[in-house]
Amino acid sequence: MGKSRSLRRIEDTTMWERFTGSVSKIGHSISSRIAFAGNLAVFSLSTIFWLIAKGPRRETLTSCFYNIGVLSIPVVMLTGTFIGMVLAVQTYPPFKAVGLETHIGAAINLSLVKELGPVLAATMLAGRVGSSIAAELGTMRVTEQIDALASMGVNPIHYLVVPRFLSCLILIPGLTLFADLLGVVGGAFYSIKLLNVDWSYYWEWSRYAVTMYDIFAGMFKTVFFGAAIALICCHQGFHCGAGAEGVGKAATSSFVISFVSILFLDLLLGIFLDHFQVVLTGARSGGVV
Amino acid sequence: MTTSKPDKAPQLETRPYPFPKFEGREPVQGDSDTRHIEGSVFVDKGGTKKVLRRRSPLLRLDNLSVIFNDNQVLRDINLKIRRGETIAVIGESGCGKTVLLKNMIGLIAPATGRVLFNGRDLFTLSDKELTETRSHYGFVFQMAALFDSMTISENVAFPLSQHRRTMKRSEITARVEYLLEEVGLNPQIVWDKTPAEISGGMRKRVGFARALAMEPDLMLYDEPTTGLDPIMSDVINELMINARDNRRVAGVLVTHDIKSAIKVANRIVMLYPHSRLAPDEPQIIFDGTPEEIIQSTDPRVAQFIRGEARDRFREA
Repeated sequence: MGKSRSLRRIEDTTMWERFTGSVSKIGHSISSRIAFAGNLAVFSLSTIFWLIAKGPRRETLTSCFYNIGVLSIPVVMLTGTFIGMVLAVQTYPPFKAVGLETHIGAAINLSLVKELGPVLAATMLAGRVGSSIAAELGTMRVTEQIDALASMGVNPIHYLVVPRFLSCLILIPGLTLFADLLGVVGGAFYSIKLLNVDWSYYWEWSRYAVTMYDIFAGMFKTVFFGAAIALICCHQGFHCGAGAEGVGKAATSSFVISFVSILFLDLLLGIFLDHFQVVLTGARSGGVV
Repeated sequence: MTTSKPDKAPQLETRPYPFPKFEGREPVQGDSDTRHIEGSVFVDKGGTKKVLRRRSPLLRLDNLSVIFNDNQVLRDINLKIRRGETIAVIGESGCGKTVLLKNMIGLIAPATGRVLFNGRDLFTLSDKELTETRSHYGFVFQMAALFDSMTISENVAFPLSQHRRTMKRSEITARVEYLLEEVGLNPQIVWDKTPAEISGGMRKRVGFARALAMEPDLMLYDEPTTGLDPIMSDVINELMINARDNRRVAGVLVTHDIKSAIKVANRIVMLYPHSRLAPDEPQIIFDGTPEEIIQSTDPRVAQFIRGEARDRFREA
C-alpha cells in the first residue's frame, strides 16, 4: 500500500533535516577550529608585541624561571637517564645479531641528541609546566583575578603570559641539555657496565656519528617547542570555561594540544634541518650506523 | 612586590587623608595627552596653572547593546554617570547587570554603541591607552578577586607598584597601611596573611582597599554585599558612602540588595531582562531617586522591591 503524500513529505523532511544537521555540525566544527587558530594567532602576536614593547618585570620573571626551569630539572634528568638506558636495552639485540654491538653508542647518542632528548624534554615540560600554567591561569580566569588585573590598568598578557613565554623559550634548551647529558650517561652505563660493550669503541663510534650540527639541531627545535607550549597553555588558561570542570578541561587540553604540536613541529623542523644540513655540509649525519 | 611590616600599632579612628592626592596625575606611559583627565594640570593662555574641571559626565553609555552568540543581553542602554554621583543598578539575576559593569570598564566589548570615559570611547583606544585609562577606575569584585599568590599587603600595594614606579617602598608601605585602616582592618594582623587565611568579609574589605589605592575617579562595585552577614553588609555600605562623600569618587553599584542600594545610591536604575521585554520597550525600566523607587507604581519594579515571587515561581 502506497504511503500518503503528506507522510512521505514528513519522512523526506526528516531525512533532509538529518543531512543538513550533519553538514551544519561539520561546518560548525571546522569554523570553530579556524576560530581557535585565529584566536591563538592573535594571542601569540599580542604576547610578542608586549614582549617587545615593554618586556617583563624582573620579579615576575624570576619566579617563572624558578618554577619552570629549576623545578623541572630533576624530572627531566630522570627521564633522560631512563630513556638512555631503555635505548641501550632495545638496540643491543639487533646490533649484536649482525655483530655490530660496538656501534650501539652511535645509535643511542644520535637518537638522543637529535630526537628523543628534545622531544622528551618538551613533553615533560608540557606535562609538568604546561598543565600547571593552564590550571593556574584558568583558576585566575574563573575567580576573576585576570579581570582584576585588567581593571587595575595592568595588561594581563604582559603581566602573566610574557614572563611564562620567555621562561619556556629561554630555559627549554638548557633542560634539553640536561636530558641529553643524563641520557648519554645512562645509555653508556647500561651498555658498558651491564652489556659489556667495549667502552673505547662505544665512545669512538659515538664521537664519529654525532656531530655538532646534530646537537645544534636538537637545541634549535626546542626553542620552537618551548614557544608552542607556553603560548598554547597560556591561551587555554585564558580561555578556560566556567568552574572546576572548565579548569580541568583547560589543563587536559593544554597538554594534548601541546603534545600534538610538539610532534607536528618536530616533523616539520626535522625535514627542514635535514635539508639544511645537506645544503650546509653536503652529507647527512649518522651514515656510519 | 614585597612591603615591610609596619612597626606601630594600628589606629583605627577616622583621620584626614595624610597623603598628597595624585592630583595632576603623572603622565603615564602610553598616554601622551592627559588634558582630558579630570584633575590634570594645564597652563591657560595667560600662563596661569589651572586644574581641569569638567561639567560633562564622567561616564556615558550611548546605545549600548551586547549579544553573546545569539543571545541578546543588553539592548540600547543609555546612561550617564556624573562626577561624585553613586548610582545603583538593580535587577533580577541574568538581566545583564554585571555585563553592563564590565562594559563600563572595557572588559566586555559591546556589539554596538559606545562607552565614553571622560569623553573618550574606550573601544577606540589602543591597548596601551585602554590600560592607562583603567587606572582611573576602581573595581570591587563580587568574590574580591584577590591574587592568591600574594599576601594581603602585596595585594593592596599591587596597583601602586605597577603604576607609581617613582614611589619609594616606604611610601607604598605607608599608603597600604593607611588603606587597610581606612577599610577597618588591622594592618598588624592581616599584613602577611594570604587571602585564603582571612574571612570573606575581610577579603571584601581588602578588595575595597586595593580598588581605592590608585585614588580612582570611578568605583565599580559588583554585588559587594553578596554572601555577607547583615552587619558586614552594612560595613561595606559605609565604606561605599565614605568613598562617595569623603573621597568624592563616583560609583556604580550593581546589587540585588535593595537596602544597600537605597542607603548608598543617589540614583537607582533598574534593568529588566531583555527576553521579557516588548520589542520596542527600553531595558531600563526605572531611573530615579531611592525615594521615587519606593513609591514606583510599575508592577515589575514593585515586585522586585518587595521581593515577591508571584508569576515567577516557574521559569519561562
